[in-house]
Amino acid sequence: MTVRWLVVVLAAMFLALIAMPAQSEYADVVLNRFSEKEGMRPVVFPHWFHRIRFRCKVCHSELGFKMRAGANEVRMTDIIEGRFCGMCHDGQIAWAADNCDLCHSGKPGLPPGIFGGHETSGPGRW
Amino acid sequence: MVKRQVGLLRVWVVAVLVAAGSMPSAWAQQRWLPIAEDGLRDPASPAVRLLQPPEEALSKLEPDTAGNQVRWVKALDKGQIEPRSSILPGTEVEVYDGDVYLNLRGGMPPVRFPHREHTLWLACSNCHDEIFKKEPGSNKLSMFVILQGEQCGVCHGAVAFPLTECSRCHNTTREEALAAVERQQAERAAAKAKGAAR
Repeated sequence: MTVRWLVVVLAAMFLALIAMPAQSEYADVVLNRFSEKEGMRPVVFPHWFHRIRFRCKVCHSELGFKMRAGANEVRMTDIIEGRFCGMCHDGQIAWAADNCDLCHSGKPGLPPGIFGGHETSGPGRW
Repeated sequence: MVKRQVGLLRVWVVAVLVAAGSMPSAWAQQRWLPIAEDGLRDPASPAVRLLQPPEEALSKLEPDTAGNQVRWVKALDKGQIEPRSSILPGTEVEVYDGDVYLNLRGGMPPVRFPHREHTLWLACSNCHDEIFKKEPGSNKLSMFVILQGEQCGVCHGAVAFPLTECSRCHNTTREEALAAVERQQAERAAAKAKGAAR
């Protein structure tokens, strides 16, 4: 009996080792409060790409993005008028908002939130 | 029957050892998935072809084993990245160098919280006074709350290094922490006395 259990445990360990699920990059944020309702793919925001170029304080202080994913009501009109993403995505600092597909690139049906293996198996808000 | 089971076990033990033997190198080796395979991007989206793959940028930076597999502060300190501090004219960029010692009487080793590393990235107002009050000792920190994504957990576990890296925060021995707190108190008292003498 003990031997059988050992086999089961070891088999499970082996399977866990070979089964590596696809995982988004740490701290990728999905914005999909409005996108799909408006007929666009959800937005995937990669933190890693942006923090190479800007410190947190630029977006989270100067641009007014609240730190909690989901706390910001970002509409396309805001961006076109130069608020939120539109502060940089203006064709000067970064590409302009007419490159729809570069941001609206997520799989259909993605829930909004922060992704990338952040889970600490607690009952967290994230 | 038992013999067969033992034989089977032997096979599995070998298999697991082989797998385990290859794992440390696989783990030590950093890996970033291509954008098309990240589980978020629609493989049919043009972005998959056009956006920079994480590996191209992140593999050149200070390596880490968790999060983005980058030691972001080290990458900054070494000049591997030069992220802008502001984009608006007239923004006052504040960097504050001061350590705060926490959890002096807890079961885990005390925490040395470095303001410097945090203010390199963040503005004071990102944490003060909404998440943390400024007065020393006025914040009731709890690992339970942090694990729920509050306090330090607003960033750590979401975008800054994850909460599985216990010893990066619980990084100081009790003796060192108590000595440092005593030094800080003496310095503060001396500064106060100097101010009073003027």
